[in-house]
Amino acid sequence: MRWTSRLRIAVSMLFGRGRAGRQLDEELRFHVERAVEEKVAAGMSAEEARYAVLREFGNPALLREQARATWNWQWLELLWHDVGYAARTLRRTPGFAAIAIVIIALGIGANVALFTVVRSVLLKPLPFEDSSRLMRLYENSSFGNFPFNQNAGGIYAEWKKQNHSFSRMAVSGYAGYNLSGEGEQLPENVRAGEFSWDLLPTLGVQPALGRNFTQDDDKPGANPTVILSWGLWKRRFAGGAGIVGRSILLDDKAYTVIGVMPSWFGYPEPEMQLWTPLYLNEPAKTTQAIDDHEFKVVGRLKPGVTPSEGLADLTTITRQIHDANLADPFVSKGANIKPMLEAMVGDMRQPLEVLLGATGCLLLIACLNVANLLVARSAARRKELAVRTALGGSGWRLLRQHLMESLLLSALGGAVGVALAVAAIQWLITTRHDMARAQSIGVDWVVAGFALALVVLCAAFAGFISAFGVSGKKTLGALQESSRGSTAGQGRARLRSVLLTLEVGLTVVLLIGAGLLMKSYARLRGADLGCLTQNVMKMDLNLPVARYSKLPQVTGFLEPLLERVRNTPGVKAAGYVFPVVPGDGYGGDNGFAIVEHPPLPLGKGQFAIHRWIDPGYFNATGIPILRGHTLDDNQQPGHETEVVVSNAFARQYFPNEDPLGKHLVSLLMSKTPMQIVGVVGDTRTEMGEPMKPMMYFPLYAAEDMNGATLVVRSDRDVTQFAMPIQRIVAGMDRDLPVSDIFTMDQVLGQNTLDASFNAELLAGFAVLSLLLSAAGLFGVLSYMVAQRTSEIGIRMALGAQREQVLGKMLGDGLKPALMGLVLGLAGSVGTVRLLESMLYETDKLDPMVFAAVGAVLLVVAAGACMAPAWRASRLDPMSALRTE
Amino acid sequence: MGKPNDLVQGTLDLLILKTLAPEPMHGWAIAKRIQQVSGEVLQVQQGSLYPALHRLEQQGWIKAKWGESETGREAKFYSLTAAGRGQLEKETANWARLSAAINLVVSEA
Repeated sequence: MRWTSRLRIAVSMLFGRGRAGRQLDEELRFHVERAVEEKVAAGMSAEEARYAVLREFGNPALLREQARATWNWQWLELLWHDVGYAARTLRRTPGFAAIAIVIIALGIGANVALFTVVRSVLLKPLPFEDSSRLMRLYENSSFGNFPFNQNAGGIYAEWKKQNHSFSRMAVSGYAGYNLSGEGEQLPENVRAGEFSWDLLPTLGVQPALGRNFTQDDDKPGANPTVILSWGLWKRRFAGGAGIVGRSILLDDKAYTVIGVMPSWFGYPEPEMQLWTPLYLNEPAKTTQAIDDHEFKVVGRLKPGVTPSEGLADLTTITRQIHDANLADPFVSKGANIKPMLEAMVGDMRQPLEVLLGATGCLLLIACLNVANLLVARSAARRKELAVRTALGGSGWRLLRQHLMESLLLSALGGAVGVALAVAAIQWLITTRHDMARAQSIGVDWVVAGFALALVVLCAAFAGFISAFGVSGKKTLGALQESSRGSTAGQGRARLRSVLLTLEVGLTVVLLIGAGLLMKSYARLRGADLGCLTQNVMKMDLNLPVARYSKLPQVTGFLEPLLERVRNTPGVKAAGYVFPVVPGDGYGGDNGFAIVEHPPLPLGKGQFAIHRWIDPGYFNATGIPILRGHTLDDNQQPGHETEVVVSNAFARQYFPNEDPLGKHLVSLLMSKTPMQIVGVVGDTRTEMGEPMKPMMYFPLYAAEDMNGATLVVRSDRDVTQFAMPIQRIVAGMDRDLPVSDIFTMDQVLGQNTLDASFNAELLAGFAVLSLLLSAAGLFGVLSYMVAQRTSEIGIRMALGAQREQVLGKMLGDGLKPALMGLVLGLAGSVGTVRLLESMLYETDKLDPMVFAAVGAVLLVVAAGACMAPAWRASRLDPMSALRTE
Repeated sequence: MGKPNDLVQGTLDLLILKTLAPEPMHGWAIAKRIQQVSGEVLQVQQGSLYPALHRLEQQGWIKAKWGESETGREAKFYSLTAAGRGQLEKETANWARLSAAINLVVSEA
């Protein structure tokens, strides 16, 4: 009963406020009239009585407020009122509002975008069942200092058989296939994964269509089966419903499609197009070897078993195998373990965290800047506020309006910022689809909550800082401040200087971080790859095993092709390499022995990176031959006797002797000794990697060669040969795909994508904050000049020179900049430590970068201060004295 | 900035409810009546009266109706609601208990 009538009152108060307000006025007026009547009846004159009553009555506005304060919904009305007031004030100064909104939008947008990425990539659990129990398992190989080495198939098999800690364990590998075209489709080279049949159950993932491999599919000699990625199914097979059960040609062999994975699934890498059974494809030699580290292993910990217990279990097993095979130097002694999430995104964690830190700084700078603008405004509106205080506006109410203004700015800025963030994320996903878990990046409720929190934080930060000192205590002073010649708003100018100092300091930190990354990136790009990078192009030729299983078939294709490419007008040189060109990855290694050296102690081994090449490769890539000569042309396929080594190889393994004429025995290939006939210059496997020892074997000695990379050099734009060469290939074998056609410059670009991405993004943030700081400096100094116009007038009237005024104003403006610079440089010394591991051949305290940042900041600050200071020095003393 | 504190807040509510018990009245008359009945001791300031009236109205203890005043002018007349009568009884009892207790303390010794 009671609550219904309350509800009725509440509803009527919500919708009948205007009427209630008029009635309140009427009621109060009635009261006043009766009081006047009473006084008149007592003998006062009408006018006298009226004044007496009004004096007694007190502040009618205040009384009205107090009566209204008892009403329902009063908070809502006040809120609405404040919003309306804030909106009106902002509309009156659209320039200020627009600038503040853009600043906040940039700050919030950058943060929301990066937070979304960090959350999706680093924080969200993997989309696998109970993913916290999933572990990547590694061999800990002491022979080459690879603590997180891939697994040898034989070691994995023993782990799986003997361990007590994992409920499931599975293995995966990489493969590449030539997917034949159907009808008019061109053949295509696809990146693929190989799964053991229990990999998907270990992850806890089901195909979206069809079924997983069975144990019977995952055996040598089984009927070939394949699971497609969602992307490939949509792209290549138009998402047709009848895909399951169909047969497709991979390397000219028929595989039955048994399933399609969900669209988000990409393992072990996002770009995998299809998956085949591992034990079907890999020769028993590879899956049983205990020293050939080819595979990735995942395991699911049993409930209650900790990662370290699981690790101890695997280490014991590995150690036993190692001790039983002491003669083989490449058997690992131990194991290693990482949570799956860390294994997948580990190397992205630090750059993302650094960038997130940078955007945090940017937001702080944005907030400081907006606070600064608000302080300037509240200074300009000081008299208005004083008048309102005098008229009965309560301090709390004024503060609330002030906060409402910054809240409104932040909310609008936040809305724009979120839109910016969505666009930025879209851009990021398209430019960095190589990033692990890129497909999982998306805006969700947590991100929305984060954006909202940022808005509130921004509003509170900017609002409270600028409200600091807006209290009505100095009402009288403010009202009198307009009196002549007083130097006003000193306190506020100091507050703004403090804000500016902080802003400049943060900017310096960002600039230094960006400068270091830029320098490191330049170093990385400028590092010598060891070969020519201009006008050199590479293309991958994939030779389908079904048609190119025999050596004559391979040579029968590759040799004439090379001949025709070399004869193409404009081509300077061409050659083959397998598996990769410089800068395109590690490409594998193998152990070897030097015939002329005494045998190594038991359990010791030496290995080097391997390449298989044709004699023209060095000429095509411009790798210099330092001593001896390249492989002889007369290296008959199947009867190779020569090998070329790199300079680093010669230095490491023949420190005091001549490597030429010595013989190597490869532990991977036929055990016939091969004579070292040449020493060539070092190359890098990747930018940022040191030059490592390398061995170059004759091309056709490669055992499982299923293709080769053709390298073409010209003296002009080499890309013009891409089409003609593809036509030559198609003319020789229509169903042979050519893939990854890149110039060496492009290979380098991909190689250094991470570094350039991080450096450019951070530089973007740093430049933005530099602009904000410059704007802040400019604003503060302009304000100070305006405030001190009459003071300057007096000084000039008393004989101050224009240069003196200019110098003084410049000094005033530059002081916070200088202090900020010192603060920022000092702070940077601490913060650059976070960057250290991202830097390549760049000292974290690089004096050049520090000096350059200091110089840039000083120049920008001086530029920002120059205009207002100049204006001050040009003041006409007479008109300056007259300004009020 | 606070509200006038010439009367304890709860007490003013009780006085208003009690004054309104016999008949509807407008604000001016309520103030006058309290002044009269208390022998000019209790002066109700407008600054407390109207906020109190509005609060009581919002709580549903009194309701307002516009009517013609004794001078012929429109005025807002307040009257007790059923809930208000209940509240009056409760507050009267409370007051009796409180004042008796204070008396006991004050008359001690």
